[in-house]
Amino acid sequence: MSRVGSAIVWSIIAVAGAGALAWLALSHGETINAAWLLTAAVCSYLVAYRFYSKLIASKVFALDPNRVTPAERLNDGRDYVPTNRWIVFGHHFAAIAGPGPLVGPTLAAQFGFLPGAIWIIVGVVLGGAVQDFVILASSVRRNGKTLGQMAKEEIGPVAGYTALVAVLGIMIVLIAVLGLVVVNALRSSPWGTVTIGLTIPIAMFMGIYLRWIRPGRVLEASAIGLVLLAFALFAGRGVADNAGLAPMFTLSGVTLAIAVMVYGFAASVLPVWLLLAPRDYLSAFVKIGVVIALALGIAFVLPPLNMPALTRFTDGTGPVFAGKVFPFAFITIACGAISGFHALISSGTTPKLLERETDARMIGYGGMLVESLVAIMALIAACALTPGVYFAINAPASAIGTTAASAAVAVQHWGFTLNPAEMTQLAQQVGEKTLLSRTGGAPSLAVGMAHLFSRALGGSEAMALWYHFAIMFEALFILTTLDAGTRVGRFMLQDLGKHVWEPLGRVSWYPAVLITSAVFVAMWGHFLYQGVIDPLGGINSLWPLFGISNQLLAAVALCVGTTVIIKMGRARYAPVTLLPLAWLVIVTMSAGWAKIFSPDPKLGFLSHAAIVRAAAAAGTLPPGVKTVSDASRMAFNDYLDAAVAAFFMISVVVILADSVREWAAVLRGRKPATSTEAPFQARVAVAGD
Amino acid sequence: MRVAFHWLGRAGAIVRRVIGAPDYECYLAHMRARHPECVPLSKERFIMTQLQAKYERPGSRCC
Repeated sequence: MSRVGSAIVWSIIAVAGAGALAWLALSHGETINAAWLLTAAVCSYLVAYRFYSKLIASKVFALDPNRVTPAERLNDGRDYVPTNRWIVFGHHFAAIAGPGPLVGPTLAAQFGFLPGAIWIIVGVVLGGAVQDFVILASSVRRNGKTLGQMAKEEIGPVAGYTALVAVLGIMIVLIAVLGLVVVNALRSSPWGTVTIGLTIPIAMFMGIYLRWIRPGRVLEASAIGLVLLAFALFAGRGVADNAGLAPMFTLSGVTLAIAVMVYGFAASVLPVWLLLAPRDYLSAFVKIGVVIALALGIAFVLPPLNMPALTRFTDGTGPVFAGKVFPFAFITIACGAISGFHALISSGTTPKLLERETDARMIGYGGMLVESLVAIMALIAACALTPGVYFAINAPASAIGTTAASAAVAVQHWGFTLNPAEMTQLAQQVGEKTLLSRTGGAPSLAVGMAHLFSRALGGSEAMALWYHFAIMFEALFILTTLDAGTRVGRFMLQDLGKHVWEPLGRVSWYPAVLITSAVFVAMWGHFLYQGVIDPLGGINSLWPLFGISNQLLAAVALCVGTTVIIKMGRARYAPVTLLPLAWLVIVTMSAGWAKIFSPDPKLGFLSHAAIVRAAAAAGTLPPGVKTVSDASRMAFNDYLDAAVAAFFMISVVVILADSVREWAAVLRGRKPATSTEAPFQARVAVAGD
Repeated sequence: MRVAFHWLGRAGAIVRRVIGAPDYECYLAHMRARHPECVPLSKERFIMTQLQAKYERPGSRCC
């Protein structure tokens, strides 16, 4: 294309994106179509990819297609393997995409679609995609080093160790909150429970098949697994319709929480070929399939956004979670805008596969843009519901009561309308007894997707199947993160534990494996259990903690990125990473502060603990609390949550201070800007190798 | 027919790598080309060690 032609095309894309964004932001009152949101997002991504990521590739890193990558230099046929960039892209995307970008935007929809939409689009373009790309490029230049190693070598040992402990803390909170999402989705739902339960023996069958029946035939085993998954969906319906069997699988939150903990423990101690690996394959297929299906469903139906641009809950009184739109919209949506966890992937398997270092742009920046699009689609699916239905599903029982009639009254009080009969009918349509207070985001997203899919395919008859299909894949994603995370957490604990008692570090000594697994499961299990029994719904306290911890990790990654850029002698481009870093520090600090110290007991952990204790002392227990010992446990958990939030905040300060010290030393010339990059080696040199 | 099978095989190899399954053929080809003097691991041994290593460190799966 000629230069003029290219300029015209890019101008049109830019104008279309800006126009759609302006239309979204300015149209108050009337219902707007999802097409505007999709246009705004896709055009912004295209422009950002074409121009901003190019600037980072050429000016900041000067990525060079002729420079040898670690995959070529260290090719071992196992981890370091030069791989076609489209394959790496798919692999990277399957690794970064999880339940996060689906759940976060659904929860943040309580503010209306606009705050979430703007944060997802602006956050990814200037923050999330930049982080993933910069960390990937830095790791590729350093033989595929991990984020922790880079933090230690680039910034210093203090930042390195803080990052290490922070990762462990993040995993605990992450697994607990994801477990809570699954528990809330399956609570008193025999259909969902049976379907998800069956995925475990299906995975184990695949594992045995791959080990003994047809070793290594991954695709064959996956095809069988996918057929069995479809079977599990119908088996769940059969059980739910059977008056004798249904009560056996209608489980309480506490029972489900214990089941999830047992599952996590099993995944940590059983051989990986039996459970983890086959589940992971299934999950990868379902993940990519669902993302494509969701995109097609939205493109085909183009639903109107029934949620207003902004709701009254921007003032912090929202029932889904407490807190004002600033900073809590930016904490609630982490994955999809900026997710620190991605830095672990971008410095994990991916950098060892790149054929050319220039591929980092498409895989790092481009991969994150696609994840962001998934978040936009989740936001659309949630906002396509009527606000009344959305809040009836996502608000805890303490806010809307336990009947459709009480929910309708509460929703009306908030200024939306809900017909109780419609709510009951919707529950019947999706094959559930009730949809009230199914907090955690997964059920409302599943209802949104069932709406979309059934309009595109199958009609309202198919609503129930689509709903449970959506629940199944969300739970599949989540349990894949939960089981792999528990195992990784076990290894991290063993690594730390060996300093206390050497045998604890032996990874194939069963007593050590069992002890550390049990300890790690107990750590996240405690938070999960407290979330399940919390009358405020659990999500209210755990999801913000997860958001803060994820953004903390992003802050670590951006500190590493900034240090790398400064040490390359390109300090004038440091704002590329400094800008999102500054924003994240402001957001995590203010959110952490509010969660700890806010005088509003719905928001602040300390003030909540104070009123619970005061109420217990006065003999008037707060609503939802049955005994004095329950009340004191609740207060203890509030203090624990406050301590965790404080730990994350202190970690941010430590890492930031250590980084600033290092930047100042380099910029003032007190310390030579020594690069830890692997020396340049031209590709031609290895051509005949 | 043979052409179809060839392409099906290629597509299968791509999918296997996208979902992150251990690729024994690739490893074997690498060992033969670069380290002909070494005895490569058996298929079973290779798959086991690759899978074990994958789930020992953060970075294989995300939220």
